[in-house]
Amino acid sequence: MNCREKSPWIVHFNCNSCNGCDIEFLACLTPIYDVERFGIVHVGNPKHADILVVSGAVNHRNVRVLKNVYEQMPSPKAVVALGACGATGGIMADCYNVLGGVNQVIPVDVLVPGCPPRPEAIMDGILQAARLLNVHQKDRHAGAEVRLTLQPVSEPEKV
Amino acid sequence: MIDPVITALLAIFAVPFIGAFLVGLDRKLTARMQSRIGPPLLQPIYDVIKLLHKEPIVVNRVQIIYAGLHLIFMVLCVVLLALGQDMLMALFILAFSTISLILGGMSVRSPYSRIGSQREIMQMLSYEPILILMLVGIYLINDSFMARDILASGKPLLLSLPLIFPAFLMVMAIKLQKSPFDFSTSHHGHQEIIKGITLEYSGPFLAILEITHWYEIFLLFFIITMFWATSIPVGLLIAAVCFFCEILLDNIMARLTWPWMLRFMWTVALGLAVTNVLWLYI
Repeated sequence: MNCREKSPWIVHFNCNSCNGCDIEFLACLTPIYDVERFGIVHVGNPKHADILVVSGAVNHRNVRVLKNVYEQMPSPKAVVALGACGATGGIMADCYNVLGGVNQVIPVDVLVPGCPPRPEAIMDGILQAARLLNVHQKDRHAGAEVRLTLQPVSEPEKV
Repeated sequence: MIDPVITALLAIFAVPFIGAFLVGLDRKLTARMQSRIGPPLLQPIYDVIKLLHKEPIVVNRVQIIYAGLHLIFMVLCVVLLALGQDMLMALFILAFSTISLILGGMSVRSPYSRIGSQREIMQMLSYEPILILMLVGIYLINDSFMARDILASGKPLLLSLPLIFPAFLMVMAIKLQKSPFDFSTSHHGHQEIIKGITLEYSGPFLAILEITHWYEIFLLFFIITMFWATSIPVGLLIAAVCFFCEILLDNIMARLTWPWMLRFMWTVALGLAVTNVLWLYI
């Protein structure tokens, strides 16, 4: 269905990002880039959203919150990971508390590279994810929906 | 005279499309005023079709029933007015529709949803007296609450209700969710607490609220047009100018607090309405 591509509503979750990606993401909402011309609305509520935009590397503290936000979104849904940290953990990858990229926890559809990525790249990533929503809907009808089946994340050891 | 069944069917099936077009126009005009390009004109329809095809997540069944009642009472109100029935009755049904929305927000445990409902109550408290006084004014002119007798006096209502008209425009700003009156829901500020009342609705149920809003916008347009019912084109022109002014107001004003709204509506707007009614009575 075409309407799904034309009205992707996004919710943004900051997983311990340095705010570089967040500022570039917010620049997309300004009159210069104006994502609303694609029908994109930045909603603050996962229950209204279609696309989850995550910035930053996942750590032990926020993994529970990230999963919770993802699970609250009604299907079909897609995930966009912003920046190097969202993809692999970036320069934070070797930190003691960091699990790595967003795809360690939830299924990521689009990775937007860059440190930070340009607003144009972010918009492109969101629109690509919007096109994938139709694929997810078909998968859902075929009973092949992606569920959170990734390995459970171990709690940090108490010192 | 058109058959009442056809009128009712038109009111039920054609009105949401007019409302959706007006919302699309609103979004486009707002974007142009903010020097943006803005979404396509049919964007509200895309949004609602998308929402209707999303997975239904039910927090509790009661909330879903209230969302349905919100829509049904609003449609009933539009149908009653389109058939020229009792306007006082239509106003009470409109209040029922809003109360359903409030109860829907109150029926969940989320504090944000409840705060949103409380703000909606404050809005209702602000505009209901003015709507009642508007109908009292119409009654004093026409000796009838029936919408079909709106032309009984033979001259446009606006000439007899010059002060109630601006008061009604303020009510319209509240009902259209425009700044500075957008406290319980707004077209902007999706991340803020003003979206509280819709917080727990998702997918198809959010679409129901959106469709209800389309009916509501048409209803406001209908009432504005009634102020110049002797000539429908002039009435529509007045409605279009008022609609543009509301969008302009939305873009030049900041959102203020609810105590300010209550004070403003109960002094300025209510003062205008009462003065007009007293003048008609004497």
